[in-house]
Amino acid sequence: MACHRHVEGQSADERPVAFEFARVTVVRAGRRVLDEVTAQIPAAGITVVSGPSGAGKTTLLRLCNRLEVPDAGTVWYRGRSLEELDPLVLRRRVGMVFQRPTPFPGSVAGNLAVASPDAGTEEMTTALTRAALDPGLLGQEARTLSGGELQRMCLARTLVTGPETLLLDEPTSALDEQPKRVFESTARDLAAQGITIIWVTHDGAQVRRIADRNYRLRDGHLTLAAAGEARP
Amino acid sequence: MNTTVSWLGLAISLLLVAVAAGISWWQRLGLQRQILIAAARALVQLLLVGAALTLVISPDRSIWWSWLWVAGMLGYAATVARRRAPGVPHLLTLALASFTAAAVVTLGVLFGLHVFPLTGRTLVPIAGMMIGNSMTATVLAGRRLTDELRDKRDEVEARLALGQPSRQAATPYVRGALRAALTPQIETTRATGLVFLPGAMTGLILAGAAPLQAVLVQAVVMFLVLAATATTTVVIALGLIRRLFTPDHRLVYLPTPADH
Repeated sequence: MACHRHVEGQSADERPVAFEFARVTVVRAGRRVLDEVTAQIPAAGITVVSGPSGAGKTTLLRLCNRLEVPDAGTVWYRGRSLEELDPLVLRRRVGMVFQRPTPFPGSVAGNLAVASPDAGTEEMTTALTRAALDPGLLGQEARTLSGGELQRMCLARTLVTGPETLLLDEPTSALDEQPKRVFESTARDLAAQGITIIWVTHDGAQVRRIADRNYRLRDGHLTLAAAGEARP
Repeated sequence: MNTTVSWLGLAISLLLVAVAAGISWWQRLGLQRQILIAAARALVQLLLVGAALTLVISPDRSIWWSWLWVAGMLGYAATVARRRAPGVPHLLTLALASFTAAAVVTLGVLFGLHVFPLTGRTLVPIAGMMIGNSMTATVLAGRRLTDELRDKRDEVEARLALGQPSRQAATPYVRGALRAALTPQIETTRATGLVFLPGAMTGLILAGAAPLQAVLVQAVVMFLVLAATATTTVVIALGLIRRLFTPDHRLVYLPTPADH
C-alpha cells in the first residue's frame, strides 16, 4: 500500500519528503504533458528538474503551488494531498520565482508590501539581505533595477512571506553570467538555511553547479538522473 | 408652442443626405451607396420604432407593455454586447445581470422617488438611454479587464503565487477597467452644455419645451447615465472575476482573440 507512506510525509528510509507525485497526468490541448509521473522530492537541498523546452517542466512546478491542477493523479506536500490544503495557505508555504521577473508597479518596498502588507522595515531588510540585495534599494522604483537585481527582488518578495519551499522556474535564463552566479549562490545559501528548493532549468552546466539531485523530464516522464550526473 | 415636422419637411430634409452623397461622389470616396442605404435604413427603423412606440406608450394601454418593451431592449442590448466583445467569456449572462442591476438602481431612484411619473411615455425613453449607455460601458469594461488579465498573466499569477486571493490579485486590473469605462462618461458630463448640447435637450427644445425644463430633464438624464455606467461596469467587472478565476484561485486560460 502506498497510502501509509504519505501520512507523516516520510519516505520509506525516513528522509523527509517535500513533494510526492502519484501517477500525475496533465493533458493540454490533447497532448499528455505529464504522463503518470510518480516521484518523490526530498525536503533537503536543491532538486533540479531538467529537460528540453516544452517538456512540461514548468507545468510540473506549477502543480506544486496549484497554479495548475492535474487531470489525474495526486500531488502530496509534506504528507497532505494538495486537494485538501487551502491553496492560499499552500502558496505562502511554497513560494515561486518565475522565469521572467514580474515587478509590480511602485518601489521595492511596495513590491514586498504586496507580498506581506504587515512587514516592517526590519523584515524587508532581512528579506533583501537573504536575496543578496542592498537594503538601501528599498525606496527605489522597482522597474529601474537591473535584470539580476530584479529577479533577486522577486526572490526577496517571496522570502518575506516566510516560505519553507521555493519553486524556481528557470530564474536565471534571462540573466548574464555574473548575476546568474550570484543567484545560484544565493539559492545555495537558502538551501543551507533549510529551505527546500525545486529548480527547473535546461542549462546543463547549471545543473552540475547547483543540483543535489537531478530529475530529467522527457516526453512526459520524470526519471532520476544517474548519481554521476548530479553533484554528490 | 409646438414644433412639428411634416412629411413634406422630412422629404425635404433628404436633401441633406443628398449633400453627403454628393460630397462622396465629388471626392470619389465611393461611399454614396453606403450613405443612401444607411439613411434609408435609419428612416425605416425609426418609423417602425415610432409606430411600435405609439402603440406601446399610448396612455390607454397597460404599463406592462412598456415593461415588456424594456425587457426586449435589455435582451437585445446583451446580445449586441456579446457580439461586440466576443473575447469576453460569459458576457451574455453577465450583461443581462449588469443591465438589470443598473435598471433597478436608476429606475428605482427616478420612478421610486417620483422624479418622473411612471408612464410608458417616461419609462421607455429613460430605460433606452440607460441601456444604450450601459451597453457601451459593458463592452469597454469587459474587454479591458479580459485583455489586462490575459496580457499581464505573469503579473497576476505572481500575485496569486504570493498567496493573494483571486479577488485581491485582480484588484489593480479591475480598477483599471472601471476607470477606462467611466472616464469617457465623466468627460462627457463635464463638457455638457459648453462643448455640445446633448440629444435629449436638443430634442426637447426643438419640440417646443421651455429651455429651462429641457435643461432639467437633460441633467437628470446625465446623472442617470452616470449611475447606470458605474453600476453596469462594477457588476461586469466583479462578475467576470468570478468567472476568470477558479474557486481555488487559479486564473483560467484566456485564448488570444484571433482578430479583435
